[in-house]
Amino acid sequence: MTQILLGAVSLGLLWSIMTIGVYITYRILDIADLSVEGSLPLGAAVACAMITRGANPYLASLCALLAGCAAGLCTGILHTKLKIPALLSGILTMIALYSINLRIMGAPNVSILRMNTVFRPLTKMGLSSSVAIIIVGGLCALALISILYWFFGTELGSAVRATGNNPRMVRAQGINTDNMKILGLVLSNGLVALSGAFIAQSQNFGDVQMGAGSIVIGLASLIIGEVLFGGRSFYRRLLAVILGAVVYRLIIALVLELGMHPNDLKLFTAITVALALWLPQGKQLLRTVRKSMGKENA
Amino acid sequence: MLQVEKLTKIFNPGTVNEKKALDCVSLRLAPGDFVTVIGGNGAGKSTLLNSVAGVFAVDGGRILLEGKDVTRLSEHRRASDLGRVFQDPMMGTASDMNIEENLALACRRGQRRTLRWGVTAAERARYKELLRALDLGLEDRLTDKVGLLSGGQRQALTLLMATLKAPKLLLLDEHTAALDPKTAAKVLTLTEKLVSEHRLTTLMVTHNMSDAIRLGNRLIMMHEGKIAVEIAGDEKRSLHKKDLIALFEQSAGGLDSDRMLLS
Repeated sequence: MTQILLGAVSLGLLWSIMTIGVYITYRILDIADLSVEGSLPLGAAVACAMITRGANPYLASLCALLAGCAAGLCTGILHTKLKIPALLSGILTMIALYSINLRIMGAPNVSILRMNTVFRPLTKMGLSSSVAIIIVGGLCALALISILYWFFGTELGSAVRATGNNPRMVRAQGINTDNMKILGLVLSNGLVALSGAFIAQSQNFGDVQMGAGSIVIGLASLIIGEVLFGGRSFYRRLLAVILGAVVYRLIIALVLELGMHPNDLKLFTAITVALALWLPQGKQLLRTVRKSMGKENA
Repeated sequence: MLQVEKLTKIFNPGTVNEKKALDCVSLRLAPGDFVTVIGGNGAGKSTLLNSVAGVFAVDGGRILLEGKDVTRLSEHRRASDLGRVFQDPMMGTASDMNIEENLALACRRGQRRTLRWGVTAAERARYKELLRALDLGLEDRLTDKVGLLSGGQRQALTLLMATLKAPKLLLLDEHTAALDPKTAAKVLTLTEKLVSEHRLTTLMVTHNMSDAIRLGNRLIMMHEGKIAVEIAGDEKRSLHKKDLIALFEQSAGGLDSDRMLLS
């Protein structure tokens, strides 16, 4: 049982980095960015391709992050310069990345078993792989939210936040909203790819399919985090995103323990997210129904 | 200060909905001019303002700001010279951000955004003083989200933001139309105060004839994309609403807007 819990927490922490990326686009920029489905395996592909060639795993992870940034840049340019709707821009990048990821890895999946990873130094010290992942993933996630907290407090970060909120007002303040959107997409996809690189190293292989449904997983984690741990301050909200990703993995571990077939997981996640997205309207509906019922009774 | 030459803007060209919103409009504003713009619905008032602000590209003519041709500049590149307040109180501020963050965004209008901290302590003190002068109780709510403010408070804040970094030209687009009469009067008083304090060149669109007559040193009346009437100086000071209606009838051949009759 402890093994399962540790495994879920470790996986959750690695996916939390991806969830922070989704938070930047979905909540801050108000864009549902589907390119993450391609940039997650892109990160894995870059990391695995470099590690199999004997590269330093930290350097490989950094390169994965940069590759993700480039993917975000593509989506950003498609959306702002070519004026393609955000959703479609993301899908285009996602599809393009499928081919690119195959090119990078040279095969649909690549094993890095027994090769050097970012978790290796800790497992060498005798820690179990789950604990090593929790330490590296946790530190990385905390460092990232600190950096993002700082960034979104700067002049530039404020401009990005305002762009997601009221682009017309932002243009009236002399800010190029196109550039702010591109910047947000670059940051977001960079984090998603970094997450993909870490996930691949934790499971010792990269797979071109591993991004399928990742946007839904990201949204589910995001919403769980907001409902359970959300708060007013920005730091608190970033922290909630990380905790949400961990809780999502714990829930998945739980339903699997309870006997759900693993093939049904994506359906389960999709239904959960659909319900969560409907929740605000649902509450409203429930209130009006109750009101009218109350009137009838009176 | 502002020079508009033969400005033309056609919406939906080549369709049944084609509309010549601006028809060869020319206008000159000297430094310190406060021009009120009045006219019925669809007369081209807002189109004129939005063209100057660069919200869309025009189909003909030129726009010069302090002698510099800005006709081809994008909206955000012109912003350094322009202060803007919109009709919709939601439009001028970012509702999910707090008061000081909104002010800080406006304080850096037209400047490069760097990685310096978004709001400095010195700024915060200055904002507090400026908000106190508004007398709306906002000086103690610097970290409240703007979405919590009333429409009038938001318009007052937007006005403050538009003048925080003195613009070469202040563009007011029916900025009191969405407010109740009492709040509208308050926001207008604040407008007058800020304009005279900073000696701002101002272009103000309004639906209210009395406001158009009372405020500013010049008045223009637009009709079907053209400037129909232009009044300035002493003539404007002695102007009455009925004179204005008469002038309008003379030039346009009758009233065509219910709102003109009602105001």
